[in-house]
Amino acid sequence: FKLNLPSHSDERLSESVIAAACARVGQRVLHVDRRSYYAANWASFTFNGLLSWIDDNKVCTYFTLLFITPVNSFKQQDQEECAPLAEDQQILSSDGEPQGEEQLSGSAPTQAKKKKISYTKIVKEGRRFNIDLVSKLMYSRGLLVDLLIKSNVSRYAEFKNVSRILTYRQGKVEQVPCSRADVFGSKELTVVEKRMLMKFLTFCLDYEQHPEEYQDFTERSFWEFLQNNMLTENLQHFVLHSIAMVPRETHTEEGLRSTQHFLRSLGRYGNTPFLFPIYGLGEIPQCFCRMCAVFGGIYCLRHSVQCLVLDKESGRCKAVIDTCGQRISCSHFVVEDGYIREEQRKGVEHKHISRAVLITDGLLLQSESEQQISLVTVPPLEPGAPAVRLVELCSSTMTCMPGTYLVHLTCPSSGSAREDLQPVVSRLFTKPASDGSDERPAVLWAVYFNMRDSTAADRSGYDLPGNVHVCSGPDAALGSDHSIRLAQEVFRQLAPHEEFCPPAPNPEDIVYDGDGGQGEGAGFSEAAQAEEGAAEEAEESKEKEASQESSPVEVGEMPDPPPAPLAEE
Amino acid sequence: MQFSIYIIAECNMKLMTRDDKSLLYNVGGKEGVLDEEVLLLTQQLLSSNPDFATLWNYRREILLHLETVRSEDEIQRLYEEELSFLEACLKVNPKSYGSWHHRGWVSTRLPRPDWARELSLCERCLSLDDRNFHCWDYRRMVVRVSGVPVDQELQFTDRLIGSNFSNYSSWHYRSTLLPLLHPGSPEAASPQREPPTSSLLKEYELVQNAFFTDPNDQSAWFYYRWLLGRGVCVCVCVCVCVWGFSTNSEVILRCGYRNALYYKSLTHLHKICDLPPGTISDTSNEHNLTVHWTERHTHRDCALYTGRSESWCRDSATDLELFRSELSVEKSSVLQSELQSCTQLLELEPQNKWCLLTIILLMRALDPLGYEKETLAYFQTLKEVDSMRTSYYSDLCSKFMIENTILKMEYAEVRVFSLCEKNLSTLCHLDQLLLVTHINLSSNQLLGLPPQFAMLQCLEVLQADDNAIENLEGVYHLSKLEEVSLRNNNITQLSDLKILTTCPRLARLDLRGNPITQIANIQSQLAELLPSITELLL
Repeated sequence: FKLNLPSHSDERLSESVIAAACARVGQRVLHVDRRSYYAANWASFTFNGLLSWIDDNKVCTYFTLLFITPVNSFKQQDQEECAPLAEDQQILSSDGEPQGEEQLSGSAPTQAKKKKISYTKIVKEGRRFNIDLVSKLMYSRGLLVDLLIKSNVSRYAEFKNVSRILTYRQGKVEQVPCSRADVFGSKELTVVEKRMLMKFLTFCLDYEQHPEEYQDFTERSFWEFLQNNMLTENLQHFVLHSIAMVPRETHTEEGLRSTQHFLRSLGRYGNTPFLFPIYGLGEIPQCFCRMCAVFGGIYCLRHSVQCLVLDKESGRCKAVIDTCGQRISCSHFVVEDGYIREEQRKGVEHKHISRAVLITDGLLLQSESEQQISLVTVPPLEPGAPAVRLVELCSSTMTCMPGTYLVHLTCPSSGSAREDLQPVVSRLFTKPASDGSDERPAVLWAVYFNMRDSTAADRSGYDLPGNVHVCSGPDAALGSDHSIRLAQEVFRQLAPHEEFCPPAPNPEDIVYDGDGGQGEGAGFSEAAQAEEGAAEEAEESKEKEASQESSPVEVGEMPDPPPAPLAEE
Repeated sequence: MQFSIYIIAECNMKLMTRDDKSLLYNVGGKEGVLDEEVLLLTQQLLSSNPDFATLWNYRREILLHLETVRSEDEIQRLYEEELSFLEACLKVNPKSYGSWHHRGWVSTRLPRPDWARELSLCERCLSLDDRNFHCWDYRRMVVRVSGVPVDQELQFTDRLIGSNFSNYSSWHYRSTLLPLLHPGSPEAASPQREPPTSSLLKEYELVQNAFFTDPNDQSAWFYYRWLLGRGVCVCVCVCVCVWGFSTNSEVILRCGYRNALYYKSLTHLHKICDLPPGTISDTSNEHNLTVHWTERHTHRDCALYTGRSESWCRDSATDLELFRSELSVEKSSVLQSELQSCTQLLELEPQNKWCLLTIILLMRALDPLGYEKETLAYFQTLKEVDSMRTSYYSDLCSKFMIENTILKMEYAEVRVFSLCEKNLSTLCHLDQLLLVTHINLSSNQLLGLPPQFAMLQCLEVLQADDNAIENLEGVYHLSKLEEVSLRNNNITQLSDLKILTTCPRLARLDLRGNPITQIANIQSQLAELLPSITELLL
């Protein structure tokens, strides 16, 4: 069993994109994953899957899980409906130090007003929704969306618009006016503020054309620049925390660039700049995996690589040996950072991301429709604390059961996930209470964990052969530009003269051999035509999907990837 | 075969496929056949080209025929199929006149129409393109026929404006709905129709939000103008004038529209009649004349006092009544606060033409004389920021300057009127100057004297030096005109002066500084043309 072209180990977003891109241009790809599920840290789990992932990772050595912490020590009022999951679990971190004693438990809120959601019900319904380990959104004009459209991979998934941008300000959650329609409709802003905000945002949209406006501030912070632009205090808050989403000390130009990025994505599919894939982010790597498989990539789950075989002369990796002792030749080897042993990455420093996943029983900000997908920015609660990003998903995204909401919290770690995020959770949410006097939604279940963020790592920090390419895990950023850019770079090294993810033809356009009798190249006889229309069509179809914002999600059974042709030797 | 010839003339053959053409000939051959087979044929043709009026007509004929021979349930089914076919056509071309018209027709023929479905279709089309006026029209039809409550429609426009306020259609629809919802509101003039102030203020707030958010979007500004200016025309008789000469007497009636939105176009000057010779033969007695306006059930009296050869009766020119034409008589507190908002916006957007223009109009409505200086400055800015429309602004400014000068007249019977050095580019409100005997228009930028100038029936002396006057159209049948001074203007030909022959009393004419003076023998030619002139300056 020999492959003469790239071999991949494990697939996250970057890896799956590289795999798809390679397969698309005719390279032979073997995809090996030691787990039984796709996408590793990018994975989406069913609730039960998440629970066993939590179990697994208590002893996991490569993955830095620090805490699992359901927060509520509720009173069990309804024995039948409550099922404590576990008690007094001791969770170990990767280096083996006990990190603390936390209680993991589920709960059944018994508020009179709200529908009862029992823990057993969540477990029972758990198979029907997916929970992501990472929390990201897709910028409508980000690299990922562009790539999905260009490569025609978008047809494998459906998307919803993020419907609201919210922020936590002066002790309450409020809506951020970011689009023209929002500004027009905002009740919080005075008309003068509306003008100031629109004027500022219009400037940001093409700030490069007006360098005179900010040249005095190139050495100063964006925050100072905002103050100098006579934006009122709440406008400063909206722009800095919710639109640019940068810390105060960020340089002016970077702040402007972030603002611009946000604004450019506005209005493409909806009233906010973001999309979210139905069934969660784990869908995206899977979509690329499917494309890879369509073009001949081979997948081996529960299988991993034991060691690399190096060529003595060139120092390059010429084969890998898997856990069964089988030797697989390869010309390139792509691996995720997490697989690399400590000795090989002495020069690499890692940051961490603090994460929390909550299941709650209500929206943070009530609105006419219960089906809202919101991005909530929480500025540092006290100086020095990190800004926390919160994504609240409703059941129509298929990430939680009806009546509940899935909330992701993310911030760069300064301590443990619990230390970083607990203060925010306790301000925004409440414990399930029987009297229902509290307006805030209650947390039904929670888990806290830290993830490694290796995105800042430099390639030269790894002591590895030249044809072994390292991909970093998920980063703390909201978008996925980093992963896509990385995939593009690696692909350029693997196949310098090939196009990156050209549009795949539509299945109905494919004419199989015999139909036209035109040999292999004619397998996609209509490829040229498909290429012309594909991007537009993809965009159109996405727009249609996006426009069905509040309609019930109907996702048909996903077709299995066509069987990969066997690689015979 | 007349039918098929007609079709071919209408459709663009180039756009049709070969199949379509043969289909078309089939249809042509079926002339006069009204059955479902033809229905199917036309359907095939229309589904590829829905803009084919003749075929829609043919379908309607067939459907009408089928109505007479089928049961109601069958008809219902037939028309429902027609509706779903139309939906497919609208997907081909959402702006097809033929499809929308046919849909309207089908909807009214349907035995059991489902209006809710039609409304949701409109909503869907408008969410895809909120400016599709075909759909707006259709929606209005559906709303009218199915009796959708007005406030529900208003909420619908709320929603559309909320998602994108740059939409004339929604704003316009709103402007037709509001008067229905508050029957009193547009006619603020009469007290029993006092608008509900709270809802009016809400509208002001809404539209302000729009133009503060994007001051360059004109749809909101137009709606704003509509909100501010909903004055109605009340036609009144403003002035009756009688004068007599030795030979005959005349009665002149001027009626105008107070508070009129289209003031300029609605002013009339009627010469009622020449009184029969001898009616007023002696001036030693007082004569009382009454003009009856039967259409309006009004009358005006006018007394010709002893020893006078002319008399008039007119309303005094009070500023409140005269020129409040653009904006309705709102509570001035409302206008004042609107002016404040606009001024605030102008501070943020000093270059915005809509804002500048609205400020000028508000100032006119509030205190035309008090704000004169500011108004002029704003006009100057307007001309700079919107140079494409300088002439429009000049004309508007001229109009306001003339209005102001008229307002400044101490009493209505002023007979000597000066408009010099006002930068006028046009003349208007000449009807107000019916009684003026001496007018001075010197040092302006006039290019001519417009036809309305003939309203100055009492004019004796016209001074219009230092302009760029080329034509004298309006100096027409001015029976009292004696002296015309046109120094330094642009009169080049003898024919330009021909109109002066209609003014029998003209005795003094000053043409110094005009190109016409360069023509050889001009003096003798003039003497021939205008023999009544005794003093000619060249």
